[in-house]
Amino acid sequence: MSVADFAFYVFALTTLGGGLFTVVARNPVHSVLWLITAFIGATGLFVLLGAEFVAMLLMIVYVGAVAVLFLFVVMMLDVDFAELKAGMAKYVPIALLIGVVLLMQMGMIFGAWQFADGAEAARAAVTPDMTEVENTAALGQLIYDDYILLFQLAGLILLVSMIGAITLTLRHRKDIKRQNVIAQMHRDPAKALEMIDVKPGQGL
Amino acid sequence: MVGLEHYLGLAGALFVIGIFGLFLNRKNVIILLMSIELMLLSVNINLVAFSSFLGDLVGQVFTLFVLTVAAAEAAIGLAILVSFFRNRGTIAVEDVNVMKG
Repeated sequence: MSVADFAFYVFALTTLGGGLFTVVARNPVHSVLWLITAFIGATGLFVLLGAEFVAMLLMIVYVGAVAVLFLFVVMMLDVDFAELKAGMAKYVPIALLIGVVLLMQMGMIFGAWQFADGAEAARAAVTPDMTEVENTAALGQLIYDDYILLFQLAGLILLVSMIGAITLTLRHRKDIKRQNVIAQMHRDPAKALEMIDVKPGQGL
Repeated sequence: MVGLEHYLGLAGALFVIGIFGLFLNRKNVIILLMSIELMLLSVNINLVAFSSFLGDLVGQVFTLFVLTVAAAEAAIGLAILVSFFRNRGTIAVEDVNVMKG
């Protein structure tokens, strides 16, 4: 077994173990940490496959942003997770049944198969030789050239989701004092200040 | 020698784990979202494996878009979760029936 094969099995075990413990862990914080483990395993697999850019993106976007977002939400919400876990044992049989059925259905695909004759010719963008053009550069040439519109649309999706998330969670609290800058700037000295001639012994 | 079928088998198993998680944690929306992330990850593994073994870069480009949509979906899902928790004080999915017709 070569080093690459050994690395594949290590990363595959990490990914599968992380995934499995994500769904069965009792504590949601542990779930998120196992999810991060699964993502790191997948990153290793992507590096093995020669997709370095996607691998690093997975590390930065998923582990750095999405998983940490999950972690924030899990820790921020004061939820009784033990109560939510209470009925879990009830669902194990049906979940196992569906899982096994799906696994068998997918297993049927793994009979004898081969690439079609026209598959090589039908490639839309042949991967250039890695010694000449690196993965990131080749991907960049493709994205900024052939797929520029889709790339911009992906950016638009992210913008919309950002605005949506902010709008959904923004809360304007009424019971606290706020600084009103406009009102402050439009204060008129004539209205704000009053000169009173206080007579001695009388007060106001 | 590790071939394409190894990667496909791994991705299939990961996808089934994701579905298993969906049925196992029917009350906890956070774990449901995490299961969906797992399923999307398995799809990404499939795409990158095919892209690598066929020598076609488009699979990796599509992986980028799947990643984008997954990130957007997670952000929106968690935002809905937070505002739902603020209103109801719970995240149990079974309580989400206000709009029942």
